Amino acid sequence: MPEIKVTPLGAGQDVGRSCILVSIGGKNIMLDCGMHMGYNDDRRFPDFSYITQNGRLTDFLDCVIISHFHLDHCGALPYMSEMVGYDGPIYMTHPTKAICPILLEDFRKITVDKKGETNFFTSQMIKDCMKKVVPLNLHQTVQVDDELELKAYYAGHVLGAAMVLIKVGSESVVYTGDYNMTPDRHLGAAWIDKCRPDILISESTYATTIRDSKRCRERDFLKKVHESIERGGKVLIPVFALGRAQELCILLETFWERMNLKAPIYFSTGLTEKANHYYKLFITWTNQKIRKTFVQRNMFEFKHIKAFDRSYADNPGPMVVFATPGMLHAGQSLQIFKKWAGNEKNMVIMPGYCVQGTIGHKILNGQRKLEMEGRSTLDVKLQVEYMSFSAHADAKGIMQLIRMAEPRNMLLVHGEALKMEFLKGKIEQEFNIDCYMPANGETITVSTNPSVPVDISLNLLKREMALGGPLPDPKKPRTMHGTLIMKENVSLVSSEQALKELGLNEHQLRFTCRVQLQDPHSDLDTLHRIYTHLKSLLKGYTIQHVPDGTVMVESIVIKVSSSAEDPNNKVLLLSWSYQVEYSIITTIIPAMLNYLMSSPT
Amino acid sequence: MAAHLKKRVYEEFSKVVQIPHEEAPSKKLRLSKPSKSAALHVDLCKASNSTDALQYLLQFARKPVEVESVEGVVRILLEHYYKETDNSVRLKIASLLGLLSKTQGFTPDCIVDDAINTLSNEKSHQVLAQLLDTLLVIGSQLPDTPTIRLRLIHVACKHLSDTYFGVRNKCLQLLGCLGTLETVVNRDGPAPGPSQGGARDVQSIISDYFGDQDPRVRTAALKAMLQLHERGMKIHQVIYEQACRLLSDDYEQVRSAAVQMVWVLSLLYPESIVPIPSSNEEIRLVDDAFGKISHMVSDGSWMVRVQAAKTLGSMLQVSPHFLVQTLDKKLMSDLRRKRTAHERAKELFTSGEFSSGRKWADDAPKEKLDRNTVNLIASGACGAFVHGLEDEMFEVRIAAVEALCQLARSSPSFAEKCLDFLVDMFNDEIEEVRLQSIHVLREISTHITLREDQLDTVLAVLEDSSRDIREALHELLCYTNVSTKECIQLALLELLKNLNKYPTDRNSVWKCLKFLGSRHPTLVLPLVPELLSTHPYFDTPEPDMDDPAYIAVLVLVFNAAKSCPTMPALFSDHTFRHYAYLRDSLSHLVPPLRLPGRKQVFGLDSVDSGSGSASVESAQLFLQQSLHRVSTIQNLEAPEARELLNFTIRDLQRLGELQTELAGAADFCATFLRCQLLLMKALQEKLWNVAVPLCLKQNVTATAAAQQILEETYKLEFLYSGLESRQVATIHHVRLQAKALQLILYARSRQGLDPLISCCEKFLQDVESFQRLFLSELPHLQDSFMDRVCELLPRLTSCKPVEMVKILQSTLRQSGLLQLSLPEQIHRATATIIEPTGESDNPLRFTSGLVVALDIDATLEHVNDPQNTVKVQVLYPDGQSHVIHPKPGDFRKPGPHRHRLITQVYLSHTAWTEPSQVEVRLLLAYSSSSSSSSSRLGWSDGADGVIPPSEATVEGTIPFSKPVKVYIMPKPARR
Repeated sequence: MPEIKVTPLGAGQDVGRSCILVSIGGKNIMLDCGMHMGYNDDRRFPDFSYITQNGRLTDFLDCVIISHFHLDHCGALPYMSEMVGYDGPIYMTHPTKAICPILLEDFRKITVDKKGETNFFTSQMIKDCMKKVVPLNLHQTVQVDDELELKAYYAGHVLGAAMVLIKVGSESVVYTGDYNMTPDRHLGAAWIDKCRPDILISESTYATTIRDSKRCRERDFLKKVHESIERGGKVLIPVFALGRAQELCILLETFWERMNLKAPIYFSTGLTEKANHYYKLFITWTNQKIRKTFVQRNMFEFKHIKAFDRSYADNPGPMVVFATPGMLHAGQSLQIFKKWAGNEKNMVIMPGYCVQGTIGHKILNGQRKLEMEGRSTLDVKLQVEYMSFSAHADAKGIMQLIRMAEPRNMLLVHGEALKMEFLKGKIEQEFNIDCYMPANGETITVSTNPSVPVDISLNLLKREMALGGPLPDPKKPRTMHGTLIMKENVSLVSSEQALKELGLNEHQLRFTCRVQLQDPHSDLDTLHRIYTHLKSLLKGYTIQHVPDGTVMVESIVIKVSSSAEDPNNKVLLLSWSYQVEYSIITTIIPAMLNYLMSSPT
Repeated sequence: MAAHLKKRVYEEFSKVVQIPHEEAPSKKLRLSKPSKSAALHVDLCKASNSTDALQYLLQFARKPVEVESVEGVVRILLEHYYKETDNSVRLKIASLLGLLSKTQGFTPDCIVDDAINTLSNEKSHQVLAQLLDTLLVIGSQLPDTPTIRLRLIHVACKHLSDTYFGVRNKCLQLLGCLGTLETVVNRDGPAPGPSQGGARDVQSIISDYFGDQDPRVRTAALKAMLQLHERGMKIHQVIYEQACRLLSDDYEQVRSAAVQMVWVLSLLYPESIVPIPSSNEEIRLVDDAFGKISHMVSDGSWMVRVQAAKTLGSMLQVSPHFLVQTLDKKLMSDLRRKRTAHERAKELFTSGEFSSGRKWADDAPKEKLDRNTVNLIASGACGAFVHGLEDEMFEVRIAAVEALCQLARSSPSFAEKCLDFLVDMFNDEIEEVRLQSIHVLREISTHITLREDQLDTVLAVLEDSSRDIREALHELLCYTNVSTKECIQLALLELLKNLNKYPTDRNSVWKCLKFLGSRHPTLVLPLVPELLSTHPYFDTPEPDMDDPAYIAVLVLVFNAAKSCPTMPALFSDHTFRHYAYLRDSLSHLVPPLRLPGRKQVFGLDSVDSGSGSASVESAQLFLQQSLHRVSTIQNLEAPEARELLNFTIRDLQRLGELQTELAGAADFCATFLRCQLLLMKALQEKLWNVAVPLCLKQNVTATAAAQQILEETYKLEFLYSGLESRQVATIHHVRLQAKALQLILYARSRQGLDPLISCCEKFLQDVESFQRLFLSELPHLQDSFMDRVCELLPRLTSCKPVEMVKILQSTLRQSGLLQLSLPEQIHRATATIIEPTGESDNPLRFTSGLVVALDIDATLEHVNDPQNTVKVQVLYPDGQSHVIHPKPGDFRKPGPHRHRLITQVYLSHTAWTEPSQVEVRLLLAYSSSSSSSSSRLGWSDGADGVIPPSEATVEGTIPFSKPVKVYIMPKPARR
């Protein structure tokens, strides 16, 4: 039985550091190669030594697929390809390919320049790594090699996020990456066709959440911002530079325009401008509204949103600032947060998920005193709001995707264990399929039942068609005779042709049976009596009396001979080939004997 | 074009033999019959290879074939069909057969046998499919011949087992279009033909193909079934289960058709009971279907989602609790139950602390949920609309909003529930969706009362920059009920803000406040001192009377005061003055009020404000009496009669001004009577007894009168809506009289006989067409001019023109006044140009030769089909006039019988030295042949099939709005 093996190196019962190994049909694929936000040590990257202790990964991996540009999905990529060593193809969508290096560079800067870490990948390594990337288009089938093929589907979540169908022969796996089933202000909803994969590997960040409609969320968010601004407070929205940030920008931009508000909106500079540039370019990846209206005005050309300068944070009066990173664990957002935390008029809105260990996670859990580096503490007086804007599918969305794809097995990653447990139970109950939730390093094996395509010879098929019956119904199995030849490829041919190809003579297997009985008639008479009797008995069979002294019932041959000593002692000889249905034989013999025994002599 | 013509010419040269046939001026159509088919025959025989033959056939197909020659052509084609080996040519022939049998007037029953015969030998699947298509055409041309139908059905059944999907598709289509109730098939029993379907009914045969391997065939089967339903066959309930299974098909078109199928069945058998799988319970079929279709709202294909969302709206028989489920979505967060924002808002409102600041973490998850009770897969209808309204594609969202509307209109409780969702949709990112949801809310607003927080969301949209949205919202506010005085205040505040921001909304905002005031007098009452900024002790400065915002407030207050007698006591002196002013200047916005101590001033107002309906009735009575009085006039010669007519016309005109409800009817009558009066005057002139050369002057006046009557009759016919054929006949009658008058005058003034003959002929034609059109009305026109003309018609047709004129003259003079009966409702089409106002003194400057766009905003009332009839006319000072056709998209329909035209017209002119005024007005275009619009010949492109007009069409325009003057100044271009 062929098997598909899945081993998460990261993101198994955990959020962050997504990295999943899949071996399918003899191919090994790495899905995502991310880093963990919560750690600053070795645990930050997946443990590539699981794959090989020494030597390059190229020999063990056929390809790497990156689902989208978030660092927890691509952060370890240069480390893996350049420092551990991997030269094979890396697949990602066009927007991901464009934006990913910006984020990696930013990440590198923070770690190396700010924190002063050494032994980290360099800018050149990022560039080299990106050279190995093969871009994917939506719904385009890409052949990695002769057997392995990939197909990307739209996943929502962030610009360029994709779900990937990995297929070897008839075995297939779908990896969702992060996805979103409800459309938002700038992206559409994830969509997949009924591809019926063997395994669907899905994220499960919001496994136990069903969210309110997005309109309510948007309204709530705008109301909160508006109220705070009217009070004269400052609003900090920590975001990751890409993704939610753009959505919230569009939201605030349109709101500002509609309400004619004057308070400034700032966005941390540098990488955002570059990123916005890409958002303007990849209009085809956005939602219906932006795609339809970009001819008049590109929604990503903001009027009210200006670039942020560090000195602005101390300006008096209300303002809204988008700052990176999103979980308040470092960088500008943390700096601004420290400045503003003391004033209760101010507000911080966390628009997304926060990993354990980050400040964002702490303040969301109600912690009002924070320990900072250098043993100082920080009183948190400002309001902390949480808006679920992060674009992951909620429990209903996950179920909806399962319904769309109809997988045979389900595998949950990228979520917390307890929550996964709940969803696993639900999936098993509702869909009646197996659901797995491996921990990091744990291997799940799923045996598949692949169908093997067989070439059937035209002659055989035509003969089969001629045998009658209505149209071939693909839903009903049908038996036929033929010979399966396995050479380079498997083919089904008629037995005659097989013999010819193999250069063998045909052998016939026949069963014979002798029955002795007493009968006064002559041989010919007996035979004739048998013939007439069978003829009356077996309607619907062809029965022939062949002149050479045999009776043929279909292909069963019946002969009568008498022994030399006793002409009354007759021997009935039956012979049939192995193809003849057993039931005919069992009908003929007793009937014949009964008749001959009982007949008047 | 020229090249094309040239080619034609050469073509004809190459076929020298045929030219005499084809070009023979064939009075008798029979002659052309052999020529047509023969030409084709020759062509086809000449064709050396299949490409040539195909070319000939394609050429042949471009020209129409006369009814008489169709059969011949078919024979030729069939003959060639059997000889032809090439599939494509056979395919073309087959399709031609279909086209030919569509020829009007041709009954294809004679070619059925041949067509069926061709099927039996055909090997190519494509051709087979085309032949079946032809049979389908033939079958649908012969709706009343059951035997042929039966034969065709058997043919279809026979070919259903074909391996090519196209053939199966066509067979199913054939069955769907022609199959009749199973009883017919059964009664005829063992029908000719070896089909196994003879014994079974069409429906079960079709349903067998629900499980076909090809999705296209499955779709065709479903469509065929739907076709059966459309043709009035009752579909069995058995199919329901199969249709439901197809809802989860892999292919979208199948699912889409299945949704329709399930919907149809739910309409047919709403009350039958179906079991719920995996439980013992049973539910009504319509509920089950509703649940299943709701499920499709979260389908993978947006086409299916649109279909499903649309369908849901028409399932009004569904049980209320299923309906409510569609809006249901249980929220949870980390396995704990969470309330939706809607629930929270409602709770806050009911607890009365809405405006008192926010509570900390009020959306914090509450109780812990039991793991087993959380249902993640929406069973049945759960949350269908929640999904639909959040869909990615705006098409789905619009469909969902429309469905919500339909369901809410039939169920007040549901309307209440869906309110929150609709209000949420006001923030949609696509304007169409916002607009649609505002309209929907207006339509269901009779059922609901808005809460303050909801109103807040609604009012926020007033700042929208789109005019349509704002006006729709004003319209909505006109119909909205609100619960508290704070709501009124809020609404007023926002409307004033709106007014300030967009001054062009003035009229719309005032109107909105008018309704707001008259709907909520008791809520306005406590606000009055604040609104009018009166103070118990101090006199406040008198507000500026020209301030639109102040007028807005006054409109609100005065309308509330109408049903709240205590309110005027709160007014200050200047308020009364302002009332008097506004009552005169904006009488449509300010109602008549009974004000203390002011009765003597408003005496007149209080009379007709007494009770609206009573005054309408009395006015109606007056109208009837006037008409009755007029009808008693016997002797048209008497000057008293003329006097009476004059007075009546005057009365009616005044009545129309006073009673807007009857304005249409009164105007109509007045115009009609004026026609009669004119006619009478023209006939009464002494000139009839005087020799022609002596009375040239009178002749001129009479001619002018005739012309004017003609024009008036066109106005009567096309400017008023709600006319019945009786009135139309009367109008036409008057027109005929005018034409007769014209004829007589013509005969008197001209000497030439030939033109007179043609004029007479034309008149007779008019008479005939009148008879034809108003055959049923003739009995009502007794003793009229027409009646007599009809009597004399045999004589008229045979006599000489001069004599005819004499007869006409006497009949015209003897005929009495035609009685006018009034239909229930007559409305005069009116148009008012709101913008430009024509008040501006600043000329619109532009460079001559270039264009300048002029915004036009007008309301049209009682105009049918304004997209085709309303034009804008621009009249330049030099007499030039341009007529501009507005785009169909420029018309909006804000209410019944009301249209709004918002368009831009482009002006241009050569340079002027001084600024000058151009006139802009709206025209109503009419065409007398519009009713009998020509139907183009069947299948030709109409290239050379010019249809002679059945009767002379008269086209013209009627100006129906006051002209507005616009000051413009084209400047010479600077070089």
